[in-house]
Amino acid sequence: MMTQAPVPTGHPLADTVAHYVWLLPVLPLLGFVLNGALSITAAAKIGPADPSAAGHDASHDAHSGGPGADVHHADSHDDHAPVRHKHATLSSIIGPGVMVLAFVLAVAIFAAMRSVDMTQPYVDTLFRWMPVSDMKVDVAMQLDPLSMVMVLIITGVGMLIHIFSVGYMQDDPGYPRYFAYLNLFVFFMLLLVLAANYPVMFVGWEGVGLCSYLLIGFWFTDKANADAGKKAFIVNRIGDFGFLIAMFMLFANTGALDFSGIAANLDKLPVGGDVVTAICLFLFLGCTGKSAQIPLYTWLPDAMAGPTPVSALIHAATMVTAGVYLIARSSFLFAIAPVASLTVALVGGLTALFAATIGLKQWDIKKVLAYSTVSQLGYMFVGVGVGAYAAGMFHVLTHAFFKALLFLGSGSVIFAMHAAYHGTHNHSDDAQDMRNMGGLKSKLPVTWVLMWIATLAIAGVPVFSGFVSKDAILGAVFQRAQGSTLAGASLLGIPGTAILYAVYVFGLAGALLTAIYMTRMMLYTFHGPNRTGAAAEALLKEAPWIMTGPLVVLGILSAIGGWLNLPAFLPLGPEGLFDKWLAPVLGAATERVAAGGAELSPGTEQALIAGAVAIAIAGIAIAVVRLKPAALVPKKDSPEAAGIERVLEHKYYVDEAYDRAIVQPVVTGSRLVLWKGIDVGIIDGLFVNGSALLARATGWIGSQIQSGQLGTYAWVMVLGVIALLSAFINVH
Amino acid sequence: MLTEALALSAVLFTIGVIGVLTRRNAIIVFMCVELMLNAVNLSFIALSRLYGAGGQVFVIFVMTVAAAEAAVGLAIIISIFRHRESVNLKDINLLRG
Repeated sequence: MMTQAPVPTGHPLADTVAHYVWLLPVLPLLGFVLNGALSITAAAKIGPADPSAAGHDASHDAHSGGPGADVHHADSHDDHAPVRHKHATLSSIIGPGVMVLAFVLAVAIFAAMRSVDMTQPYVDTLFRWMPVSDMKVDVAMQLDPLSMVMVLIITGVGMLIHIFSVGYMQDDPGYPRYFAYLNLFVFFMLLLVLAANYPVMFVGWEGVGLCSYLLIGFWFTDKANADAGKKAFIVNRIGDFGFLIAMFMLFANTGALDFSGIAANLDKLPVGGDVVTAICLFLFLGCTGKSAQIPLYTWLPDAMAGPTPVSALIHAATMVTAGVYLIARSSFLFAIAPVASLTVALVGGLTALFAATIGLKQWDIKKVLAYSTVSQLGYMFVGVGVGAYAAGMFHVLTHAFFKALLFLGSGSVIFAMHAAYHGTHNHSDDAQDMRNMGGLKSKLPVTWVLMWIATLAIAGVPVFSGFVSKDAILGAVFQRAQGSTLAGASLLGIPGTAILYAVYVFGLAGALLTAIYMTRMMLYTFHGPNRTGAAAEALLKEAPWIMTGPLVVLGILSAIGGWLNLPAFLPLGPEGLFDKWLAPVLGAATERVAAGGAELSPGTEQALIAGAVAIAIAGIAIAVVRLKPAALVPKKDSPEAAGIERVLEHKYYVDEAYDRAIVQPVVTGSRLVLWKGIDVGIIDGLFVNGSALLARATGWIGSQIQSGQLGTYAWVMVLGVIALLSAFINVH
Repeated sequence: MLTEALALSAVLFTIGVIGVLTRRNAIIVFMCVELMLNAVNLSFIALSRLYGAGGQVFVIFVMTVAAAEAAVGLAIIISIFRHRESVNLKDINLLRG
């Protein structure tokens, strides 16, 4: 049934480079195939007698018990040189190469898009996928301003992270396998954002989950890493269940699954009705899994077990923002479901604050960033929850810049720490623990400067990108609280206005904590005395240019990214470029949510901004004044935390609570009921052994009849004849 | 006339059946089987007066088959006797389950 659908005509993009939109996902897929082939052919040649056999994955056994989860590069044994994969050079050309091509194509399509009228999306149908009765699902790609933003983030930031990985993973024995997974991830991510209907989007959604699992467990010989991958995968399944139910309900109620089809049948869904609310809440359940919101956020911090560039690409810049994208893409549904939108905003606000408090007391540099990501994702959901879809998406964009920078910067730090520990044969200290760092600013000056830029951006210091995006979200919350369809609705009996004000307060409190924990991370990592020990300290040095180069680009974007969507009060350039760009897609839904409200008065707006800036500055000031990097001692000498600090360090014991409340009962129930009861008892006992017993019993009875005595047989036969004859005689 | 012939046939057949059911000697069981065949032959002949010569044709067939059967059957019985030194059907139960 692979019919080449006609080229969409009539759309202004039809005759432009946009015709090659299918190449966008195909390029990374090609990279995956080539890198995967390199990985497999290299693996096939490894035999037990080959001394270089340890080169591939097997060598991880030797160092999997290394200092941290992030055992990587140069991580071979002390008695021989690092094993560089024999196809590493080829992989370094293919992996980042396809990303560069994809980015160039994305920019070309973007340029074509800028010059045409994009009120209607450009949909390119590749082939019909599921023609079942009334349901007709096509593999189709939709280009509109919203998907273009995501494509540019994925290919642009993705390209930088691929380049960074060339340096970071240089000596990893699984080098081509790493790039194969990373390319595959980009393929699925592009499929997710380019999909023109929910089923294709779901394929991408599941695919990125798969790649996330593969990359978290990249160093799978260490059980903790494999477990973290499984946890991410299983927790995400809960959310995916919600996505599926939402799709079923959408089809049952509107008879369509593609975005334009549903939008055209929107009158079948009563505004604010139970059906659309349920659909949106189920979609949001999917988002809480993929985008790590309460209650399904617990997998993301564990996902830091993967290589650091993976954390930057998948678990900060792109995949985890898929939930935000899903809500923005479904904005026409959420706009008519105020209760669901309020839920999104409330959960987002709670997550933003909750994760920020945990971030305050983490010692692992990547864990700080992980909780920071959860918290920032909360802000994005607040944005799309209150119907400020463009603001939420803008935070996705700026967050991709500064959080990718922070993660890659931390990768650079870990790279340096690890090399130093490796050089001094230190396998006991944790290269990711901030208590073991300190004073790195003179050793890694480039990383230091760039990470401060990202910190100022995420903390919300004016003119940096994070300030613009976060302020747009918080301003929108305040504005909606004053009057909108959301303020008029109520959630569980609580009026929407009250909820929105609460979300605003959560957001402000979260912003204060963000400034504090990020400054704390910078102070402990880069300032104060060095705590690595003299021998290792001498070996600390800046990463090679292939790693610092992408950092510099991201640093510039983090600093000036706000220019893309300047608010009215910052007259540094054209106002609201990003909002205007997304208006054809998101404008109608935004207006629908905002209906009944008024613009904030200039005085109120200035007061809000002044408050936000004061909070950001105050957070940084509190951290600088209160924290004493000089008093810190290395991890192995540190005392156990006590009281509330202990609770925070243990992440409110949420993992333990989930373990007790859900995991253990499931394990116990599975063991006693499913295994011992159903499997051993009913399936093995009743069905397998039972049917065997039945066959044996009937066989035994049959064998008793078979006496071998001809006389008996003759008697039976005669009796049978008599019986038959008498039956015939009776009939006639 | 027909009634008497059929009655004789029924008596002979019943004697054969009873012989097959009650006797244990393979030779006698065999002879009883022959008796049943011939009882049937008799009724064929008797009925052919009513229904035409088809019955007589069948009798020829039955006698042919009975002759072949006697040859094979007796050969089997002799063979069994050589193995077991007995033609008692009670001892021949090799196919017992």
